[in-house]
Amino acid sequence: MKNALGSVDSVLLLGGRSEIGLAVVERLVRDGARQVVLAARPGTSGQVSALDDGPSRGRRDGHGEAAPGHGDGDGAAARLAALGAEVHRIDFDAARPETHGKVIDAAVGLVGDLDVVIPAFGVLGNQAAYERDPVAAAESVAVNFAGHVSAGLFAARRLREQGHGTLVVLSSVAGVRVRRANFVYGAAKAGLDGFAQGLGDSLHGSGVRVMVVRPGFVKGRMTAGMSPAPMSSTPDQVADAIVQGLRDGAETVWVPARLRLFFTLMRALPRPLWRRLPR
Amino acid sequence: MTFLTGWGRTAPTPATLVAPRTAEQLAALVAEAPPRGLVPRGLGRAYGDAAQNAGGVVVDLTRLEPRWSFDPETGVVTASAGRSLHELMTALVPKGWFVPVSPGTRHVTVGGAVAADVHGKNHHVDSSLGAHLRALRLLTADGTIRVLTPADELFWATVGGMGLTGVIVEASFGCVPIETSRVRVDVERTRDLDHTLEVMAATDDGYRYAVAWIDLLARGPRMGRSVLTRGDHARRDELPGGGDPLAFAPSSRLTAPPWAPNGLLNRVTVRAFNEAWYAKARDRRIIQEIAPFFHPLDFVQGWNRVYGSRGFVQYQFVVPFGEEGTLRRVVSRLSAEGVVSFLTVLKRFGPGTPGMLSFPMPGWTLSLDIPAGHAGLAGLLREFDAWVAEAGGRLYLAKDARMRAELLPVMYPRLAEWTKIRQMADPGGVFRSDLARRLGL
Ligand SMILES: Cc1cc2nc3c(=O)[nH]c(=O)nc-3n(C[C@H](O)[C@H](O)[C@H](O)COP(=O)(O)OP(=O)(O)OC[C@H]3O[C@@H](n4cnc5c(N)ncnc54)[C@H](O)[C@@H]3O)c2cc1C
Ligand SMILES: NC(=O)c1ccc[n+]([C@@H]2O[C@H](COP(=O)([O-])OP(=O)(O)OC[C@H]3O[C@@H](n4cnc5c(N)ncnc54)[C@H](OP(=O)(O)O)[C@@H]3O)[C@@H](O)[C@H]2O)c1
Repeated sequence: MKNALGSVDSVLLLGGRSEIGLAVVERLVRDGARQVVLAARPGTSGQVSALDDGPSRGRRDGHGEAAPGHGDGDGAAARLAALGAEVHRIDFDAARPETHGKVIDAAVGLVGDLDVVIPAFGVLGNQAAYERDPVAAAESVAVNFAGHVSAGLFAARRLREQGHGTLVVLSSVAGVRVRRANFVYGAAKAGLDGFAQGLGDSLHGSGVRVMVVRPGFVKGRMTAGMSPAPMSSTPDQVADAIVQGLRDGAETVWVPARLRLFFTLMRALPRPLWRRLPR
Repeated sequence: MTFLTGWGRTAPTPATLVAPRTAEQLAALVAEAPPRGLVPRGLGRAYGDAAQNAGGVVVDLTRLEPRWSFDPETGVVTASAGRSLHELMTALVPKGWFVPVSPGTRHVTVGGAVAADVHGKNHHVDSSLGAHLRALRLLTADGTIRVLTPADELFWATVGGMGLTGVIVEASFGCVPIETSRVRVDVERTRDLDHTLEVMAATDDGYRYAVAWIDLLARGPRMGRSVLTRGDHARRDELPGGGDPLAFAPSSRLTAPPWAPNGLLNRVTVRAFNEAWYAKARDRRIIQEIAPFFHPLDFVQGWNRVYGSRGFVQYQFVVPFGEEGTLRRVVSRLSAEGVVSFLTVLKRFGPGTPGMLSFPMPGWTLSLDIPAGHAGLAGLLREFDAWVAEAGGRLYLAKDARMRAELLPVMYPRLAEWTKIRQMADPGGVFRSDLARRLGL
């Protein structure tokens, strides 16, 4: 349960190796959370399989290879355990919506009520590559959008039953106004953002909240090798903003906060100008 | 669905709120409890989440068959669980009887008072409510009503059991004869914390009722300065002539506005209040009515709203005698941090009851009211939790809204025993609350 001062007991991270997601979990654990479920793509040792035995797909993140540090589930789990949390790991593949109900059930079976659920999975990919390989583009959208729809609805069903909890949805400014430079990813985020808002409205009065997080460019693993856009932030800054938003019961969090005003203006920019933006 | 909170107005959760009028209706609710379970609720004066149940059922007992009876031969009152102490006092005081224990508000139900094993200003001599209970009628998960006496284990799992063993439907307890409805009070100021502890330890036992109000914002050499108010029921010959010596007609003459700005209670306003309060208190003897002496806060209806929309937390702990150092550390830390606690009360506890989750134990208890929005509060209180646990003390569950589950077995060493008995009385886990889930009870 979220207590009177906003600390929680349990957190489920879907996309259990996400840099931003883990930074949030670490903060929640420092603040008192004791039950952590990291749900990630199979492959790391020591995981309990919550999925059936279907084949798991390879990574298709468009960069073609893992950035350094990726796949380091053990390190994160050990760090969280050292902070006093009981860390559980289960299999989760965003691209297999038919398994998502079981993943949520497995998490509930492990820790009981889910106080915070963070679907932090996502793939950025590369726009040019997507244009060359439309199937890969559709597959990324299946993760970035469709995967969130099934995971989000299954999580919401459980949260509604328990009458409390927050779903933290990692949208992006890329979806606020979709840009030529990354419209496959942006369109999926636009879909996700709309979905999350609608889901939040559908949960109004149930005791459950959906918090939509809209970071700008985050200088982290996902964007490794890219040159930062203006008003960029770090995973730690995003996590700080998310934790503050959880305390305040915020519905929307922009990181940094001034992106909100910036995008209000950007949304009004005439299309011919918008089209010509370099990135 | 209705959103409910405790008196501190923090962490609201939705539940299906039902108010049965008969024992049959109540039994049916228990029989049909949903998977999220059910928890009894009285007047919602517990500060935290004890009488909340997110996604489940909350049973409001205040409409249940309003019965009570009193035997003037034995002084024993038997009341249905939803009666408030206010109602009982209104009926009993004019007859020359007073409840054995009165918390700082009269607006609590008999059931809620038993479930928290409440203490009053007389704890150092009279212990808590459990010590005065003769019998309970408890509706358990199997749908039967069990008559329990202090000889039963389930009785002591229920006294202080926070509504998690079943629904108390009736309680009988012994009352105290009084000659008047007034209290003879000695007001005394102390210079600092050591002086406060010294005076209380030396002379509290000469009074039935004793409590100290601490000015937490006083620093340096005045840290811990207090106003002691200690008294006894006044005898008839101590009253100035005229009037009914047993008159009891308390009213709440003020109502707090429905909303208040956040931050109304800040360092400046509270310091001004504390200064005035301390300055006004001259060492003297006064005759007070029951209400202003026992329940000063009941004078302002809905006073909990002045803390603003974020609400506030009560932090009440006890440390055993001999652990005054811990108390001193907490007070000096609070005073150094400039924590704004509008009401800080220090009291000496006497012997506890056999209630397995009952809060009081011999020692010093301190309670604070702090706005929930206070920066850094979570960390500060967590630090205090650790000190208190280390000192062999504990936090009061009826006030708690934020402690961590892992400290519970340390603070309540009889937790395992309680869990076993509760498990037998409620194997399917029908009785559940937000507090229970938060603390893994
Ligand atoms: C201003 C103020 C001053 C206070 N001062 C004191 C004090 O000096 N000493 C002290 O000990 N406490 C004090 N309290 C706390 C209060 O006495 C307790 O929280 C008490 O339990 C409140 O009773 P309630 O009827 O409001 O119960 P609620 O707050 O509604 O419920 C409290 C607990 O009792 C359980 N419960 C309620 N009814 C039943 C029932 N019929 N059967 C089984 N379980 C039940 C609930 O499940 C819950 O766990 C104070 C509270 C306030 C607001
Ligand atoms: N970084 C940014 O600039 C930025 C900006 C705005 C929004 N966001 C969003 O924030 C979220 C978290 O991003 P991040 O910065 O923490 O990136 P990250 O470290 O790369 O995390 C993304 C995670 O998603 C997981 N994932 C990808 N496909 C999956 C699948 N099919 N099933 C299960 N998990 C899958 C990855 O798992 P593996 O470890 O197995 O690869 C990875 O752990 C994402 O939704 C992202 O879109 C990021």
